[in-house]
Amino acid sequence: MPHTEYYNDKVVRQFLLASAIWGIVGMTVGLYAAADLMWPALNLDLPWFTFSRIRPDHTFGVIFAFGGSALMGTCYYVVQRTGHARLAFDRLAAFTFWGWQLSCVLAMLTMPMGLTQGKEYAEPEWWIDILIAAVWVGFGVVFFGSLARRRIRHIYVANWYYGAFIIAVGLLHIVNNLAVPVSWTKSYPIYSGVVDAMVQWWYGHNAVAFFLTAGFLGMMYYFVPRQAQQPLWSYRFSIVNFWALISVYMWAGAHHLMYTALPDWVQSVGMAFSLVLLMPSWGSAANGLMTFNGSWHKLKTDPAVKFMVMALVFYAAATFEGSMMAVKTVNSLSHYTDWTIAHVHSGSLGWVAMITIGSLYAMAPRALGRPAMHSHKAMEIHFWLHMLGTLFYVGAMWTAGVTEGEMWRATLPDGSLKYAFLDSLIAVRPMYLVRWMGGALILSGMWVMAWNLWHTAADARARIIQPIPVPIPEPVPHQVPAPLPVAG
Amino acid sequence: MAYRHFEFIEKHAAALGIFTAVMVSFGGLAEITPLFMEAHAVKAPAGVRPYDPLRLAGRDIYVREGCYLCHSQMIRALRFETQRYGHYSTAEESVYDRPFQWGSKRTGPDLARVGGKYSDDWQRMHLLDPRSVVPPSNMPGYPWLAKAAIDGADIQARMRVLRRLGDPYSDADIAAAPVEVKGKTELDALVAYLQGLGIDNEPHPAVATAKVGKAGTP
Repeated sequence: MPHTEYYNDKVVRQFLLASAIWGIVGMTVGLYAAADLMWPALNLDLPWFTFSRIRPDHTFGVIFAFGGSALMGTCYYVVQRTGHARLAFDRLAAFTFWGWQLSCVLAMLTMPMGLTQGKEYAEPEWWIDILIAAVWVGFGVVFFGSLARRRIRHIYVANWYYGAFIIAVGLLHIVNNLAVPVSWTKSYPIYSGVVDAMVQWWYGHNAVAFFLTAGFLGMMYYFVPRQAQQPLWSYRFSIVNFWALISVYMWAGAHHLMYTALPDWVQSVGMAFSLVLLMPSWGSAANGLMTFNGSWHKLKTDPAVKFMVMALVFYAAATFEGSMMAVKTVNSLSHYTDWTIAHVHSGSLGWVAMITIGSLYAMAPRALGRPAMHSHKAMEIHFWLHMLGTLFYVGAMWTAGVTEGEMWRATLPDGSLKYAFLDSLIAVRPMYLVRWMGGALILSGMWVMAWNLWHTAADARARIIQPIPVPIPEPVPHQVPAPLPVAG
Repeated sequence: MAYRHFEFIEKHAAALGIFTAVMVSFGGLAEITPLFMEAHAVKAPAGVRPYDPLRLAGRDIYVREGCYLCHSQMIRALRFETQRYGHYSTAEESVYDRPFQWGSKRTGPDLARVGGKYSDDWQRMHLLDPRSVVPPSNMPGYPWLAKAAIDGADIQARMRVLRRLGDPYSDADIAAAPVEVKGKTELDALVAYLQGLGIDNEPHPAVATAKVGKAGTP
């Protein structure tokens, strides 16, 4: 061998730590926001404790800070392992870590102070958006640079999803945030009215598609076969699903604007593509679940597998629900209600958080130089806290949402409305309490994970772990797509 | 496509990146470009005017406080919606809305036509302490609005930016702004904005009938 090369796991460990911290921060804000809705006096008449100011903090904190750190960390881990090469551009990779953390801190501090663009999931002001864009370009350069120096000719499918995630999120972020600044604290978007609505939900929906789906599918396609110790059920199926998913998703954003002033044809196109989207979504979920064939016994013994299997079940359920909610008839009931909140949380707590936690439990011991996580029992406890919390949360919001939808449309025999708006709020208030309790269970699970990771990282903190050398493969003249290498 | 074509993409990172970028571009181009063209061709109808300085200040406070996270401003073309909130919202009504504030969740009711439904005093009391007028409400109080003054120069800067983006403010409009907001608090501005919602913009019956086909039928 010409030289010894080591994996860059430092930046992976940094992102691992950051995602554990941001998970707790983002969910704590979420729990407070839920409490605000139940007990409105909790805003203490202070702006930065008020629901409307901290709700963007919760969404940004869990999606971009927690999810983003986990995605970038696992992406750097996976692209090295599947390409048998060290990450390209060490210093740029370090910049993406610190730049991303700085962006998250700035966004999380400025939004409660009232610096907001007023567009959901794109609230941070223009100068933070520029920093985010710069970090994102750096992330893309590191990722594609690492692909370029890979030693395995064939690009493993997990990288396809990570690549699409990077390209599409960059495109969405820049197009949706185009604005003219007035000052450091205020800007106006270049779009107005209907166009702004369409651009925003093209962004909003595809932030779900590419940040919360494609990125995490990349995670799934690496860590599920790895943890199941089985090759992917069908490699070709994963490729078909890839092209279908990335091209169809981009059309579906209009389903957020059913029966609104958006032109009718766009609404119908959005609905049609949302229904088609069910195919690649279920295809991906099935491919992941079938990969466990022959390894189902691991469900009994490995908590990481429990998280992954439940994640895939929730993914299938949430994407089915999403396609159904895009049907105009269903949407007329569900839109504007807590059903939407139930849907995003069955996707985010069920699919995104569970596949992340499962992958972190699979990756952390390897990145931290230990044979296994510090406590097996703590992982079990975390699973049940998270699972129960999610069921409480989603169940409560489903009930609340359908109640609201039915009460808003109920009419008396003479055709007049049966309920005042306030009646629906009074009816669902108990569900807000159940939701808050579910959130408390989930947050306590995150603390258990943080404790477990802290102890697992003892050797890393003491700087006594060895960097892992990159296995240099023998040259293969013509390599067909092959399952994962056994050791990584 | 023969397998070797797939194989080419699977073994070349640049090809993978380019094909991915192409595939993700179709949806947005197909749905956004026509709307963008239409928005440039269609001008605001008579009766829909850009916000006057005080209402503009109020609107920006509405955005800053995040009201859109619990209140929609979009009455859907459904019977039970128009019964509760009034005429369904049309595209022309939000041509000056940057950003649009249609919302996605109603923890509170829709506000698209709330203007004039309550008195100014009710709106003030409700914003400062919602439960003083609506006991079961879970809306937070916004008492800090009463203490903050509106800055005339800041509003002028905002109007200039909006003019660059196409809003028809005249030099006289901008010059008069500091006088119009002098001595007003953020609470005054927000109440002025809320009281104007749906007032000038509500489609008149003749106009509405002509637009039914375009905006979608209930």
